[in-house]
Amino acid sequence: MAQSWRSVPLVARRPSAARVKTGKRKIYLEFPNSGRAWMPGAIYAEGLVKTFGDVRALDGVDIDVPEGTVLGLLGPNGAGKTTAVRVLTTLLRPDRGRAEVAGIDVLERPDDVRRAIGLSGQFAAVDEYLTGRENLTMVGRLYQMGAKEAKARAGELLDRFHLADAGDRPAKTYSGGMRRRLDLAAALVVSPPVMFMDEPTTGLDPRNRQQLWDVIQELVAGGTTLLLTTQYLEEADHLAHDICVVDHGRVIARGTSDQLKAQTGGERVEVVVHTPEQLGTADEVLRGFGKGASKIEPHTRKITVPVTGGAKLLAEVIRELDLRGVEMDDVGLRRPTLDDVFISLTGHAAETPAEGAGDGDGTGDGDAAAAGATGRGRGRRKRGKKAADQGGERRAAREAAK
Amino acid sequence: MSTVTEAARRAGAPRPGGGTIRSVRDSLVVARRNLIRMARIPEMVIFGLVQPIMFVVLFSYVFGGAIALPGQQGPIDPAQYRAFLMAGIFAQTVTFATAGAGAGIADDMHKGLIDRFRSLPMARGAVLTGRTLADLVQTALTLVVLAVVALIIGWRTHENLGKVLAGFGLLLLLGYAFSWIGALIGLSVRTPEAATSGGLIWLFPLTFISNAFVPSDSMPAFLRHIAEWNPFSATVQAARDLFGNLPPGYPVPDAWPMQHPVLASALWSVVIIAVFRTLAVRKYRSATA
Repeated sequence: MAQSWRSVPLVARRPSAARVKTGKRKIYLEFPNSGRAWMPGAIYAEGLVKTFGDVRALDGVDIDVPEGTVLGLLGPNGAGKTTAVRVLTTLLRPDRGRAEVAGIDVLERPDDVRRAIGLSGQFAAVDEYLTGRENLTMVGRLYQMGAKEAKARAGELLDRFHLADAGDRPAKTYSGGMRRRLDLAAALVVSPPVMFMDEPTTGLDPRNRQQLWDVIQELVAGGTTLLLTTQYLEEADHLAHDICVVDHGRVIARGTSDQLKAQTGGERVEVVVHTPEQLGTADEVLRGFGKGASKIEPHTRKITVPVTGGAKLLAEVIRELDLRGVEMDDVGLRRPTLDDVFISLTGHAAETPAEGAGDGDGTGDGDAAAAGATGRGRGRRKRGKKAADQGGERRAAREAAK
Repeated sequence: MSTVTEAARRAGAPRPGGGTIRSVRDSLVVARRNLIRMARIPEMVIFGLVQPIMFVVLFSYVFGGAIALPGQQGPIDPAQYRAFLMAGIFAQTVTFATAGAGAGIADDMHKGLIDRFRSLPMARGAVLTGRTLADLVQTALTLVVLAVVALIIGWRTHENLGKVLAGFGLLLLLGYAFSWIGALIGLSVRTPEAATSGGLIWLFPLTFISNAFVPSDSMPAFLRHIAEWNPFSATVQAARDLFGNLPPGYPVPDAWPMQHPVLASALWSVVIIAVFRTLAVRKYRSATA
């Protein structure tokens, strides 16, 4: 996968070329006007390295985001996501590597990059003593707009982000969701062709998160290229065309959400039996259909087994269980989540609650915890492989019996 | 979305006017922001006022009766000490206001605002210049109120208006210079709290090992040398001179800054601005929260 990605032309890529390459977006056809056509318009980074003391926050990160698409940088706290964003937004100089944003070299022409980007960080970076309108006007002025223009634009954005009523109140009276919207509006003052959003919905309630997602989707539909970091697998799944899974400063996997899921290996059947005594029988049945080791959780009376064959197979499983007299409380086909992807890639879950909030760019604790987890992950994969072999044998036997 | 792409194109085009105009413009935008903040947090301005007024009252009424100025004849005259003291309090006030610059900038870093500013195509030094300019305005207001209080308790100037204004000008210049030190401290510490205490702590030896509250000639030799070459002392001496507040017969020390206090004060302030502005802007460019 890394190979094919590297062969993508770097600079001055025509949108159509990028489109053919990724082969799944129709966004270029929807470009509302040609005002941006001169932009090669992408985010590109090669071999980024950044160390803080002995922590390698970035350890050779390559990123490529075709114009008009969304890349999700997915990873736990301390994975290096924020460091990557800080490098790409000119806030931090990498020790090694190069980067281009909107076709402009980040290290050589940082000021030109700043004209072309919008940044919405982990914190709502607004002045809480200024009103929403004053905040946006100030940002507009600092993007070198004229006073009148900045004011007009502030008004537009307040309307668009449903902040018009609160526009003349100091931002400290705003709710968390309103502050995030104001922060996002500030990042959009000049409608930059390239946007960076660092954990945009961390700490938001579901309704506010949904609202923010809607805004992001609207932006992308308008042709904005977006790099988004998130710890929420659901969010990357929902918003991003391509996902880079980041851990310990390295991109450990990249692809579409579907590709990553396929890599983890298909779907599973999940059965909850009525009484614990029936777990044995049910497990026997499920192993017959399974493509890997079954997992029994006695306290919840749940058995999970990887399968292929979708709904048709599920129907067979249910018939068979019924035939054997197993009483089921619940049964279903479960598709893999990105959580599963993350665990299978790194050996540890994406959430690492032991670490503090925020992307601390790697702490000693995090590293140690992850190292232990990686060991577990290897064991897990080995077991999985063995079980898969057994499953294969059983299936072959079943085929023969027919 | 067409307005949006329009705006992007406009923003993408470099503006005419070049670096200096952009720098001034951006600094004023940031200064305005900080002044709005000050107006919305009046308690900060008020506390900034209470402290020097407290010092005036404490020093002039508690110590004033006990401190004999050199060259003074006869019994101790508290009014004479009050006149002597006032330039010292003015100078202390302008320097203490600098802790505010550090705390404010550290707060901006902490809240992610510095990151936002640094990701904008604005002049590099403008965030700090804007902050120091806003502090200068606040300091000037504080000085006005303090001068009125001083007049009420009997302080008078004995020189022409031009000289008096020049004295206040030198005080403000010193305050502006020190706010760049505050800015550097604010950018260098991890929390706003550290900036507040870090911004204050060095001011105590600086203001006390000086001629601000007592004449330096009563100090041990090595402290006296420090006091006489202290930039703070130069400004105090200059202000005293320009206000006509030097007591009759007051012996002026031989050290060059004390002999040429106005020039020394101006030079010190300019040097401090040049050095600390450079350091602070460099620090800002690589600032990480």
